[in-house]
Amino acid sequence: MSELHHIGVAGAAAGLRARRFSSVELTEAFLKRIERSQQALNAFISVTRAQALSDAAAADRALAAGSGGALTGVPIAHKDLFCTQGVRTTCGSRMLENFVSPYDATVVAKLKRAGAVMLGKTNMDEFAMGSSNETSYFGPVRNPWDPRLVPGGSSGGSAAAVAARLVPGATATDTGGSIRQPAALCGITGLKPTYGRVSRYGMVAFASSLDQGGVLTVSAADAALMLREMAGFDPNDSTSVEREVPDYVALLGEPVAGLRVGLLKEFFDRGLDAENGQRVHEALKVFESLGVRLSEVSLPNLPLSVPVYYVVAPAECSSNLARFDGVRYGHRCEQPRDLQDLYRRSRGEGFGAEVKRRIMTGTYVLSAGYYDAYYLKAQRVRQLISADFSRAFASVDVLIGPTTPTPAFAIGAKTSDPITMYLNDIYTIGANLAGLPAVSVPCGFVGKLPVGLQIVGPHFSEARLLSAAHAYQRATDWHTRVPEGYA
Amino acid sequence: MSLTREQIESIAALARLELSAAELPVYQESLSRILEFVGALERADTASVAPMAHPLPGLTQRLRPDRVTEQDHHAEYQQGAPQVAAGLYLVPKVIE
Repeated sequence: MSELHHIGVAGAAAGLRARRFSSVELTEAFLKRIERSQQALNAFISVTRAQALSDAAAADRALAAGSGGALTGVPIAHKDLFCTQGVRTTCGSRMLENFVSPYDATVVAKLKRAGAVMLGKTNMDEFAMGSSNETSYFGPVRNPWDPRLVPGGSSGGSAAAVAARLVPGATATDTGGSIRQPAALCGITGLKPTYGRVSRYGMVAFASSLDQGGVLTVSAADAALMLREMAGFDPNDSTSVEREVPDYVALLGEPVAGLRVGLLKEFFDRGLDAENGQRVHEALKVFESLGVRLSEVSLPNLPLSVPVYYVVAPAECSSNLARFDGVRYGHRCEQPRDLQDLYRRSRGEGFGAEVKRRIMTGTYVLSAGYYDAYYLKAQRVRQLISADFSRAFASVDVLIGPTTPTPAFAIGAKTSDPITMYLNDIYTIGANLAGLPAVSVPCGFVGKLPVGLQIVGPHFSEARLLSAAHAYQRATDWHTRVPEGYA
Repeated sequence: MSLTREQIESIAALARLELSAAELPVYQESLSRILEFVGALERADTASVAPMAHPLPGLTQRLRPDRVTEQDHHAEYQQGAPQVAAGLYLVPKVIE
């Protein structure tokens, strides 16, 4: 039973159905790993041991009765910005330190309905604003490959937990790279679906035109299974798309031979670490051996994606976070003198430094006299970037490049300069601006640190991205590597 | 693009954020740098480009029939409120 933690989402689901182990055994095994590593990694904000074991026991009864769903008894974790009824949802913030949601996010409800057992809520950058998990009110998450390094962010807790095999799979969200970047830095698979594919209902909002829920898993096959259960139309989310969810699992075996793959020229820029780039080129060789047709593609406006993002995302954040007023829920300051004082001190105390920085940036770019020059201009350039992608997808099926410019960096290395931190997301932001799906898969190491390969596709091409990633993972074993100490 | 201390104070007031004296210069510096960084957008030629309104081309916000779908949850929602009385959220006195 010592190898149970390597099983992955699909492996766990199959093993449970075949009654090779029980959900209680599996849940207990993962809970022990979470508890043992919590001090070293700080991957979780809440661990829901008692509820998990009781849900696991119920799952075992369902499995015995033959009435289980696709994920019955499979342990998972949720990023702590998915609302969970009765379990606090902090969003990594002092503002929501004691917030208990009165309802479940649609993603949480759907995974529950599919039978998944929640082990806890994972640590994250405060309100998902960060690329290193250092902005969390609950302290930084550490990278299981080297505890001196960041796991990436904002879904750093989910990524570290999956990488250290503390849980087979976890939910996450991606506004500018928050699934793919930590997936790359932790050596796991991360899928950001098309905007509108997964309901945002019950996801604490950061930037509503960019936010999208997705998954962090060991393999593309695991991601396919989780996504199939999470995705779909939700009348409670006005941007949810009414479109059938394909059976991503059944489509995993789609052949990749003949796939037209565009090498994204702008991703191989000066900022790309040479060795990191080398690993990506080696991965391209693997894809060539699988029969894909490679060509180089240029998206001339893509280098402007970070400046666009740092206007649009803060603008949306400043209006979304206006709801935290110290009145209806969340942190309230002591002894407010008047209503203005109540607002200002509750928000000043409740939000951390990076969140305040983004609220203020957003407030400024939306303010009278600056709206046209910043916000409207950014939305125009966003249109250009989106058009670049559409043009590229007229001649190629998917685009490939690195997920990040470098492997994981040291905790504290980039906290003094926001721009340096923002540039971590230079290769991931484009997909968010254009609403495109993208996946990051491990493609080797620089020294002892994992490196990610990113595949971006047209809207609603998740099945194609997953089958390409799956074909690559059948030809390589990078995704099966586990950090020392967590084997 | 360099912001003054007064501008930072005014942005913070608009955003209803209390900043300490120590925080002001930090945000003055970093917001100035961010605005300088996003200033790169000026160089893009967008004369004939419409601002993007939705990440999915051709899609707009979905509407639904104007029917009541929500029930009254106020008691449940107010459980997490900092201060309530008689079903009302309490704030400091606004009108003397």
